[in-house]
Amino acid sequence: MTPLEQSGTATAVETSRLEKLERIWRDPSGFWGWFTHVNHRSIGKRYMVTAFAFFLAGGVLAALMRIQLARPENHFLSPDLYNQIFTVHGSTMMFLFAVPMMFEALAVYLVPLMVGNRNICFPRLNAYSYYVYLVGGLLLYSGLFTNTGPDVGWFAYVPLSGPDFTPGKRADIWAQMITFTELSALAVAVEVVITAFKMRAPGMSLNRIPIFVWGMVIVAFMVIFAMPAVMLSSTMLLMDRTVNTHFFNQAEGGDPILYQHLFWFFGHPEVYIIFIPGTAIVSTIISTFSRRRIFGYTAILLAMVATAFVGFGLWVHHMFATGLPQMGQSFFTAASLMVVIATGTQVFCWLVTLWTGKVILKPPMLFALAFFFVFIMGGLTGVLMASVPVDLQIHDTFFIVAHFHYVLIGGAVFPLFGALYYWMPKITGRLLNEAAGKWHFWLFFIGFNMTFFPMHILGLRGMPRRVYTYPTSMPWGNLNFLATLGVVLMTAAVLIFIANFFWHLKRGEIAGNNPWGASTLEWATTSPPPVYNFAELPTVNGRDALWDALPNQPIVEGLEEDCRQVLMTKVMDADPDCRHEFPGPSPVPILAAIATSIFFISTIFTAKLFFPTIILVGITLLIWYWPKRQPSLRRKEREIWEQ
Amino acid sequence: MGTINQPRPVLDVSRTPTVVFGHRSVIWWGQFGLMLIEGTMFAIFIATYFFLRTRDTDWPPGFSLPALKWGTINLSILILSAIPNQWLKKKSEEGQLGAVRIGLIAMSLIAIVNCAIRALEFPSLNCVWDGNAYGSATWTLIGFHTFHLVTDMLDTVILTLVMFFTPIEGRRFEDVSVNSVYWYFIILTWIATYLVIYWAPRWL
Repeated sequence: MTPLEQSGTATAVETSRLEKLERIWRDPSGFWGWFTHVNHRSIGKRYMVTAFAFFLAGGVLAALMRIQLARPENHFLSPDLYNQIFTVHGSTMMFLFAVPMMFEALAVYLVPLMVGNRNICFPRLNAYSYYVYLVGGLLLYSGLFTNTGPDVGWFAYVPLSGPDFTPGKRADIWAQMITFTELSALAVAVEVVITAFKMRAPGMSLNRIPIFVWGMVIVAFMVIFAMPAVMLSSTMLLMDRTVNTHFFNQAEGGDPILYQHLFWFFGHPEVYIIFIPGTAIVSTIISTFSRRRIFGYTAILLAMVATAFVGFGLWVHHMFATGLPQMGQSFFTAASLMVVIATGTQVFCWLVTLWTGKVILKPPMLFALAFFFVFIMGGLTGVLMASVPVDLQIHDTFFIVAHFHYVLIGGAVFPLFGALYYWMPKITGRLLNEAAGKWHFWLFFIGFNMTFFPMHILGLRGMPRRVYTYPTSMPWGNLNFLATLGVVLMTAAVLIFIANFFWHLKRGEIAGNNPWGASTLEWATTSPPPVYNFAELPTVNGRDALWDALPNQPIVEGLEEDCRQVLMTKVMDADPDCRHEFPGPSPVPILAAIATSIFFISTIFTAKLFFPTIILVGITLLIWYWPKRQPSLRRKEREIWEQ
Repeated sequence: MGTINQPRPVLDVSRTPTVVFGHRSVIWWGQFGLMLIEGTMFAIFIATYFFLRTRDTDWPPGFSLPALKWGTINLSILILSAIPNQWLKKKSEEGQLGAVRIGLIAMSLIAIVNCAIRALEFPSLNCVWDGNAYGSATWTLIGFHTFHLVTDMLDTVILTLVMFFTPIEGRRFEDVSVNSVYWYFIILTWIATYLVIYWAPRWL
């Protein structure tokens, strides 16, 4: 046990202090209490469970599509239902699973623990973001179940999604689902940036922030600059459809290409928003399971920043087939190839870490290593497609489907499963079963390659994307059947994981504080952590907080413990700066989220409700803000103004 | 608590301040995040406007030019309002309740006047949102700014009420200071929006 880790034994004085801390930081239990939670781990777990449920739902839709495509001239699904299913599958995986899981869930749960603090910044906004996300997801599925599921592809290109070609409410539901989920991601992005910049344990200067937290900060900034583009484009689409604006209507001076520019200005960074957390997870797992510090901390960090910057200059490579000027295409080809430099840097740093470390092959590590294989495969086909002539040849074929599943499942789902095996002991206090983990891994790895590798060949043989079925005469039947068989293996793998999860809740081995001997601060506290995260707030003496701790590493003292006061530190060196009191449990986040949902959903149907419903939102925000008398008086008595 | 029995060295933070301003304040950071997001939206929307400009030879296509009067009056008021705004920000950071109350009333009135003039601006745009893409872009851009203007007007009015009717603590002065920062955002985005809406059709 390192000096920073906290043991379970305590004196009577300490016990009474901990009971008091528990009373102050605990959120109420019970049915109604559930709606007032503001603890970041409580909200983080909800994000995880909800995003995983949407992953399963998206997976079921994928399986339905694979059954439909398993043999030629199949009529398992109707063409219309098939269109809804591939749209909802893509939208679910991108907006309801990938970003909420890789960014919101992991960042909300882990970042405050990793920087050694007691909650995330703006805890009520955090709870609000969750409810908004949940309603957005339910909206999409209520559409699907009432035969109003969007059927215009996950990017809802105009003119297909415009008022002329898609009457009804299908595309509007898609557009507002975007508003819900992006609002939620933007709220979490702001919280994560502030938590990482202002709430770090004393001593954790910028160059000692764990790579995982850096990854989340970089993603948060990408969210802040990318998501507004899609909120705007989907709002403009909604306005074209409901109040007769003409942004994308060529007859009145609009342009459908504008939609593609706006969408991909978000859409390409979105890919990196999904896989940068994946690389941050891999860096963390590889360091822990190679039993050494990560090689090239600064290089990895700069590579992530470079990927983020370059990620904003690539969007046009999704539009090579739209007939843009050749000069522009060359620029975007070059920029697309540049990403390889940054990603390559990270891969080489991981290889050196592995090479010079003592590798332990536990399930988290297996998934991290599979990430290498799968993601690099996807990256290589990506390099091919950055070339305009190749892109034009394979555009809208199954080759593209193969490519982005290699990148996204390789870049996000494999690291995610690694992360779940790695951090589950912290979340639940017990280890997942290792043998089951290995079964899960091999079935998923083999099933994944069986499903998606044949799609490369199908694409090269000319099979277009988004077709409902294909004639027997095309040479596609066998490979499609193979791909569908792979889904069986992946399904089995995920079922094993779910069974393992429920098994481990009762029977898993007790984890203890730090089962992997890892170096970051979340392992300094008990598993699961108490409601106040750390009984003694830690200080940090090096880049690997637990490995570098002094035998008598100081602890933080002097916070008021009869309210939820937290320590704020300075941005650069994390010296103590000031103290701030966080709010306690509250029903206002859910009230505001309900009002927001009424506002967003009403605009699908009529513009007339715009003002009444937005006033409703305003009222809930007013209740949210209006100061409470008692806490104000208490704070007033003790306040110290800055000099 | 730890593995050793002797007391651990401590870092005592009990004398650090609880009322801070500018980049030390959490609320300021939250506001900063919001301005980054909203600023990005303005930037992307203005880019959209100019993209649509390239799709037509005439600009404005099929409408007469927007009349300058009310927009320019609003611009002048907004730019001049920076003076009382800065004074209010300074007084809030000094914790002077009386001055802050006066400043808030003044800024509320200014914001209400801005909103009233804004209502007169819409007819003087000389176009409709459902006429063509130019009209859609113009109305949406000014509508987006109006949304922010009205929001900050309401914020300022509510803060005024709070400073009169609830117990005063240091945090409220942080709120006032941050609200003043947001008013600068309103001014800056209006300068950009004004130039695009009223002058881009004249210059381009």
